[in-house]
Amino acid sequence: MADVLSRPLLEVLAVTKRFGGFTALDKVDLVVRPGERLGLIGPNGSGKSTLVNCISGTLRNEEGDIRFEGRDIGKEPAHRRTRLGLARSFQIPKPFASMSVLDNLRIPLVYAARQHEKLSKSQVTDEALHILQQVGLGDKVNAMSRGLTQVDMRKLELARAMAAKPKLLISDEAMAGLSASEVDDILVLLSGLKQQAVAVIMIEHVMRAVMKFSERVAVLVAGRKIADGDPQAVASNMEVVTAYLGQ
Amino acid sequence: MTNRNFAVVAFAIALAIVAASRLILNDYFFSAAYTVLQFIILATAWNILGGYTGYVNFGSAAFFATGAYSTVFLYKALHAPLFVMIVTGTLAAGLLGLAVGYLTLRLRGVFFAIATLALSVVLYTFVVNWDYVGGARGAYILQPRDIPFGLPRYIHLLYSAMVLMTALALVVARAIETSTIGRGLAAIRDDELAAECAGVPTLRLKIFSATISGALMGMAGTTFPYYLSYVEPSAAFNLSYAVNSIAMPLIGGMMSWVGPVIGAVLLGTVQQVVQVTISSAWNLLIVGVLLVVFVTLAPDGIMGWVEAWRRRRKR
Amino acid sequence: MEFPTALVLNAIIAGLLLGGFYAAVSVGISISFGMLDVVNIAHPAFIILGSYIAYIVNDRMGIDPIAVSVVVSPLFFALGMLLYRIYYLCFEKRGQESLRGLAFFFGILFITEVALVLIFGVDYRLVQTAYSETTWRLGAVDFPMRLVVPFLVSVTMVVGVQLFLSHTFFGRAVLAVAQDQLALRLMGVNPTRVKEFAFALSIATAGVAGAFLIVIQPVQPAIGREYIGLVFAVCVLGGMGSIWGTLLGAFVLGLAESFTSTFFGPSWAPAVSFGLLLAALAFKPSGLLGR
Repeated sequence: MADVLSRPLLEVLAVTKRFGGFTALDKVDLVVRPGERLGLIGPNGSGKSTLVNCISGTLRNEEGDIRFEGRDIGKEPAHRRTRLGLARSFQIPKPFASMSVLDNLRIPLVYAARQHEKLSKSQVTDEALHILQQVGLGDKVNAMSRGLTQVDMRKLELARAMAAKPKLLISDEAMAGLSASEVDDILVLLSGLKQQAVAVIMIEHVMRAVMKFSERVAVLVAGRKIADGDPQAVASNMEVVTAYLGQ
Repeated sequence: MTNRNFAVVAFAIALAIVAASRLILNDYFFSAAYTVLQFIILATAWNILGGYTGYVNFGSAAFFATGAYSTVFLYKALHAPLFVMIVTGTLAAGLLGLAVGYLTLRLRGVFFAIATLALSVVLYTFVVNWDYVGGARGAYILQPRDIPFGLPRYIHLLYSAMVLMTALALVVARAIETSTIGRGLAAIRDDELAAECAGVPTLRLKIFSATISGALMGMAGTTFPYYLSYVEPSAAFNLSYAVNSIAMPLIGGMMSWVGPVIGAVLLGTVQQVVQVTISSAWNLLIVGVLLVVFVTLAPDGIMGWVEAWRRRRKR
Repeated sequence: MEFPTALVLNAIIAGLLLGGFYAAVSVGISISFGMLDVVNIAHPAFIILGSYIAYIVNDRMGIDPIAVSVVVSPLFFALGMLLYRIYYLCFEKRGQESLRGLAFFFGILFITEVALVLIFGVDYRLVQTAYSETTWRLGAVDFPMRLVVPFLVSVTMVVGVQLFLSHTFFGRAVLAVAQDQLALRLMGVNPTRVKEFAFALSIATAGVAGAFLIVIQPVQPAIGREYIGLVFAVCVLGGMGSIWGTLLGAFVLGLAESFTSTFFGPSWAPAVSFGLLLAALAFKPSGLLGR
């Protein structure tokens, strides 16, 4: 249960992002509290990935502010935002192809986690092994990352984000195209983050996963947030239903 | 083997080679060896930004020439000792790497590559118009009569310097490759966006890589004016440097410090033979063809074959 | 000192005439790099190849080089298709574009230059046309035919390419493939075929432009490398992938080079295009930045 009395972890304030004449995000507001589990849904092209990119720093928003732990991070490059505790996974997995699964995790551990945690060389290895166990890649530790199956690549993506020891983890459509049991695997993985008090923004189209996982759901349509609140309430909201059914 | 041990071994071997060379009387040996060592340094240096970081530099000649021409400048201005020239040339080329890197490494890799091409031409034009270092006519560099360390001929000194510089380049390359920075560079090479989002300060590391790479390439050029006794722009900016510094790591293998050495020794030797038996134009053609063949059919180079063979044996 | 009107006017005219030619030389890169995202550094190699073919035919049979180029353009088109096939098979498909693709094209550029040196040597080659020696005079301004004729055919070719792209089905498919490959597939068009065609077109324009080049100036194999900076500078200045932008960028470059040559001497001219390119890359805001 998120601590509703505490200061927000992430504040997205009236963020607007344009690509030439096209407005991808239109004054979007979003707040995430420490440890909170937020589901972010919306039709394809509604701006979800753009929002993730703006939050993580891979894109710059034209208007609006982004604050993390109260501090304005709008001018910070992506790597510094990760070091501050804001990690993300990519919709299409981007493994470090020349490295083993284990070495893939060493990167965020050394370059992000070690910035705010004392970790010796052997501790880095231990942490990496531990995380890989958690996500279910414990038997593939020395496998080359480029030869993994789809679902294992998704797990590696999430494991890499977790290895940055973030306070907020954004999971971008990690379940897309997976079978029902594979979806459950990912769900277990993300739910496990609850114990580490890591806030999660889950972006998904798999409705049952979103409903099961989220404490709160926000809906993005055509660059605007049209709903934000209790998952059941949002799901039955007429506007949301029509947006998805396209009427 | 730790980096410190590697350094000790490398320099020990280097000094042994230097001592042994006193016994060699054949001048051609030194000439051939100098060229191969030059290529080893250039290939190793190029690979730090190329193979390790994934950014292609087409302007190796610019950095090499920076080293050569800073020697010419110091010769004319101060008649400085060789050691000072080597250090200055290396620093100058490093600064050039830093500047170019700072300006263009924020852009996509392809723009950086094109910028390095542009750099060569711009620098060449400047040098051609700079009369103090000889301009298009070239400059004469006279080897000093007093040779330090009691070496018999000046070529021995140049050769010894090259051997030591080669050892240095290899030590630096291996140190970077096995360090945390090396992991970061590999992440940048594999997927720069993912690296950035994993906390890797990509711009800073890229600029670092470009600076070291440029500095070492310049270092390779610092003794060149003395070796030739005469320097003119087309020699210092020779196309062979641009293509060889790419072909050698590519053919040898870009993932580790060993590849460029293999590529430089193999390709360097082949070129020496072809140059003497056929012609230098055919020589370059062969290098170009090998480059294209390897990049399309065997992109991981010779070391790639070795790795694949090793992996097959493990199974 | 009296304002050097005649000098300035001549510099402007020469710059514009050259600019038109530079557009012809660069339009191929606008397509292959600006639209298809293929870093064909070997583009100038095909220009020089075109120059030498025009030279041989002109030398042996006395035919005007520009006429030769038009006849020979299908050959370059086929060459372009072959090159794209190899590139696609070895690099784009494997997803290893950047470094290896660059090295590949550099190798092609290099081999072409060295092969030409082996066949023709490093001497400059030139052509004799009916109009090489003629110069029209308008007041104090010179209009040398060796610049005017290539200018006219260059601009014709560039405009022709633009019209083809914007008014024919296949041309529009090329413009589309740069933006939305999925939509093309849904329309039943194979994006790879389109890209192959577009790339072949870019090489064909290079070959033709080569004939224009040798009318303007004597040619030797190493000139190709100087043109790399030029074509990419024009493409970048013109905003990447816009043919009209290429025309504009070409004129800017032509004028800059002409003025530099007139007032600082011709030995500085090669540095101008590259210098402009470096400046454009370093300082031009967004659109170039990014991953």
